[in-house]
Amino acid sequence: MAETTESTQTAPTHPGKVPAPSPGTDGGDVGGEFLSQGQLVRRRFLRHRAAMTALTVLVLYVLFVYIAPFFLGYSLTDLDAGSYEDPSPAHVFGTDQVGADVFSLVMRGSQYSLQIGVLTTVIATVIGVLMGTFAGYLRRGTDAAVSRVTDLFLVVPLQAAAAVLIAGVGGSWWLVGLVLGFFLWTPIARVTRAEALALAQREFIEAARASGATTWRIVTKHLVPNMIGTIVVNATLTLALAVLTEAALSFIGLGVQIPDTSLGLVLNQNYTQLATRPWLFWAPFVAIVLISLTINFIGDGLRDAFDPRQTRR
Amino acid sequence: MAAYIVRRVLISIGVLLVASFLLYLMVGLSGDPLAALKARPGITQATIDATARSLGLDQPILVRYWTWFTGVLSGDWGTSVALGQARAEVLPSVGNALWVTIRLVVIAELLALLIGGAVGAIAALRQYSITDYVATTLAFVLFAMPVFCIGIILKVYGIELNLLLIDLGLDRWLTTAGPPAGGFTGSPGEVFFKFTGAYVLPTIALAAISFAAYSRFQRASMLETMRSDYVRTARAKGLTERQVVLRHALRNALLPVTTYFAYNFGAVFGGAIVTEQVFGWNGMGSLLVRSIQQYDPNMLMGWLIVTATIVILFNLLADITYSYLDPRIRLG
Repeated sequence: MAETTESTQTAPTHPGKVPAPSPGTDGGDVGGEFLSQGQLVRRRFLRHRAAMTALTVLVLYVLFVYIAPFFLGYSLTDLDAGSYEDPSPAHVFGTDQVGADVFSLVMRGSQYSLQIGVLTTVIATVIGVLMGTFAGYLRRGTDAAVSRVTDLFLVVPLQAAAAVLIAGVGGSWWLVGLVLGFFLWTPIARVTRAEALALAQREFIEAARASGATTWRIVTKHLVPNMIGTIVVNATLTLALAVLTEAALSFIGLGVQIPDTSLGLVLNQNYTQLATRPWLFWAPFVAIVLISLTINFIGDGLRDAFDPRQTRR
Repeated sequence: MAAYIVRRVLISIGVLLVASFLLYLMVGLSGDPLAALKARPGITQATIDATARSLGLDQPILVRYWTWFTGVLSGDWGTSVALGQARAEVLPSVGNALWVTIRLVVIAELLALLIGGAVGAIAALRQYSITDYVATTLAFVLFAMPVFCIGIILKVYGIELNLLLIDLGLDRWLTTAGPPAGGFTGSPGEVFFKFTGAYVLPTIALAAISFAAYSRFQRASMLETMRSDYVRTARAKGLTERQVVLRHALRNALLPVTTYFAYNFGAVFGGAIVTEQVFGWNGMGSLLVRSIQQYDPNMLMGWLIVTATIVILFNLLADITYSYLDPRIRLG
């Protein structure tokens, strides 16, 4: 957590609450104990039942999609099975048009969708946080310039950029992650800008500036650590958004291309079978919903945990 | 205020110029609109050259952009260069697509705002009740679904409903090919039947997604308002709970949602890309995808001008509304 907040947390932050006796004299009184911001957040998150359940499910699922394929005994290039076979013990979700095992496809699609999500989130968060904090802290020209760039991304369609890159370089998973990252940073920039605007007026920023800290130092050591809650929550939401946006891009044929794969692509290739072979649609669909639902729940739990107005400890 | 609006509009025109240039290059460079023609058997080089010349494709891309740009300034939006619809005028095509999209999204968005706003407010008033949990779960699940999946599921089960109706000796009700080009015909009853049949599924699909966002937004805003000092004051001075909620809390809690609605509403005219695709509506979303896939820059520029103008206008409108409704916000 932020060093700036942690060091200031020794003063009572809850007026009206009786401070605990000095440490060592009575260790058992949890109710009046003072916790650092980080400890508070961690504790609130661990006690958030929905978020912890979601986190457990997601972690187990991630482990499953990376480990299970090793025990299946056949690879995706193994196309001995017939086209559109019904589910059987050998092929739990049946096979698709070319005879590939749909269970393996969903596993691999999940891996790639998660990788796309993580790559997108990292890029979008770094760009968004830098753009947002600099705009909010420096204001004037920087703010105007950043807001023009944001406007530009508001009107230029993501689909066009995806089409250009796919035509030029091909549709590998990391390319789609890259495109999404370069388009999904604007919400993060907007919230971090708003927070930087407010924080910039605070005394500790003034103090840092008075003691000669450079802009870069103020941004990285004072502003960003103090808005870590906002950043973490929005990064989480971006992760879910990336998985869903990738699926939508794949649906119109502008997402990941064969031979690479993703849940969106698996869904796109099989959704026409919903009426006759529903499992071909539901298997990748449930995988996408599982991933984005658990991530959203985790994000919600994080938001509650970071919320300073929360009284729950 | 007037100076503020003028400045915003001027800035927006600048943004639009840069966007059009970038987009023109992106699409112009991403592929060859004549690829389909060249792939035809027995086509001669002379034919290809002649087609390219007549469509202006023999010119370098910067020259083509300039031709388009000067054309737009004099009111000529250019023609399509895509093979199937070569020389189709851009302006009427975009106009038609916009009209289709408007009819589709306006109903869906208003419906989503009304239902979402009401559900969100009720969920907040009864926080942690069954109603709240159901509304929250529903919103979370809708949020987690890829947009097109709602459409596909509705479409497939809609067809089953049609089959059921036919079994019962009735006409098929739901159609999934968009509204007919000539409008709905027949007696008023038939028109209503056909109209609802064409609209109900895409409207539900679109409204469901927006509903999730609006209800969550309204719930958060309402929760915050109910904890505010002026609500406590209203209660303290002895107002009935009904007056407190309807006159004091709800009116203030609607503010953020209305603004969000205005921003969202602008973006929605870009076309419900996947929903249009699923239900076969030839709206702005389909126009966008088609012009990207056919490397048709002029058509795409038409889409961009219309969409960007609406997005920018609605954003401006949202900011002005917000400053009008909330006197603490000053624009300038």
